[in-house]
Amino acid sequence: MPGTAPATDALLRTPLHALHRELGAKMVPFAGYDMPVQYPDGILKEHLHCRASAGLFDVSHMGQARIDGAGAVAAFEALVPGDIAALAPGRMRYTMFTDDSAGILDDLMVAAREDGGLVVVLNAACKADDMAHLEAGLTGGARATLMDDRALLALQGPKAADVMARFAPGAEGMKFMSAAEMAIAGIDCFVSRSGYTGEDGYEISVAASGAEALARRLLAEPEVVPIGLGARDTLRLEAGLCLYGHDIDTTTTPVEAGLAWTISKRRRAEGGFPGAARIQRELAEGPARKRVGIRPEGRAPARDGTAVSDSAGHAVGTITSGGFSPSLGAPVAMGYVASSAAAPGTALALDVRGRALAARVADLPFVPHRYHKG
Amino acid sequence: MTEPRYTSEHEWIRLDSGVATVGISAYAQEQLGDVVYVELPEVGRKVAAGDNMAVVESVKAASEVYAPVAGEVAEVNAALADKPETINEDAEGTGWFVRLKGVDAAAVSALMDADAYKKYVSSLD
Repeated sequence: MPGTAPATDALLRTPLHALHRELGAKMVPFAGYDMPVQYPDGILKEHLHCRASAGLFDVSHMGQARIDGAGAVAAFEALVPGDIAALAPGRMRYTMFTDDSAGILDDLMVAAREDGGLVVVLNAACKADDMAHLEAGLTGGARATLMDDRALLALQGPKAADVMARFAPGAEGMKFMSAAEMAIAGIDCFVSRSGYTGEDGYEISVAASGAEALARRLLAEPEVVPIGLGARDTLRLEAGLCLYGHDIDTTTTPVEAGLAWTISKRRRAEGGFPGAARIQRELAEGPARKRVGIRPEGRAPARDGTAVSDSAGHAVGTITSGGFSPSLGAPVAMGYVASSAAAPGTALALDVRGRALAARVADLPFVPHRYHKG
Repeated sequence: MTEPRYTSEHEWIRLDSGVATVGISAYAQEQLGDVVYVELPEVGRKVAAGDNMAVVESVKAASEVYAPVAGEVAEVNAALADKPETINEDAEGTGWFVRLKGVDAAAVSALMDADAYKKYVSSLD
């Protein structure tokens, strides 16, 4: 069987790189960074621990940027379908950069700061292009600045709030999708109640110089174990969350991707963002294809790229994320299928190594979200 | 019991009384991580050296398992269907994949022995 470690020359390192090595992580190249895919416990145990208790993720490879200056909100809103004008200070939203044909350039989190500026979190593999896109697209006095001197940690799981309460009193009362400056164990941070696991939890932006001390404080708590990118992927797949470059990219639109919930009534009516005409048409007429959950029968996982047919054998789509769900003990997948085959329960056939594997369209998420709605 | 031999693709093979048992190495299972699914060949299938003989899937990815030498599939480890994690627990013992008959003993002994494989693996890290 093939399996040699790829060369790790010239990879970037996060401020927690030495800590990952100390913790025994298996490091892999990801989006140009040398990142922990798993620690000695392995993906299954890390995944289940996060669902039961709390896990700490290093997501410092992701881009963090500020949008400041006169008209920052209006200028940024012109690049995304999300309602940024309606975002109150201290609140955040999930949205995406779209191109003129409504393809998705990146998906992102955007928080409104008390000072009138915005903070965005971008995918690692997209951040350079995103910054160029912002530089070219922001009008008036608005400007974007990459905060590459900051680390980003995620503390996720049902015990995350208990842990945070010990170091940052009040953090346990934050509502899902809110963000605030606060000190954690005396270290200044910008904290949001959000995440990429479907669990309650926090994303913590911290100066690179304070990242290791903060991570060690959190990891010293009995509930918390370090979790690698492997379990991050299985957790987000169970939660039905999109992975950029797989479930969404420039060939998919927000409506096809089932992300129309991120577009407010005002923005649907007014347009005024790249690709608005196509998005408005798809909202009115329905998209030709939709992102759906897929449950293969049996134990064999169906991976990204697997061709999907209907029960009559006609091609209807492709899997974009697939693997094994540790919580369900069964394979799960997401992909795009023709809208005629997108109803939950629809019988499908997946071409796995030349064999037709029976499957059904399933509701997303596979594991219910447990966000802290307050 | 004879000593196992290894391939550069991380299979092991051990020949006992004319029947060769094949699996993936302890190093391979460690590289794969948690195994969740195994696809095994039909009994009676004839394989040539290097043929894709089985598939092992971890949480992360699917990997092919190749026949270390030519032979005919005499038996498969059916217990792996319900307990694929056996491969993580005992890759070079109860986590075996297939038994091959009709193999050429010389072809087996031409593969790496444990020391040579150990050196090979250390060259990969």
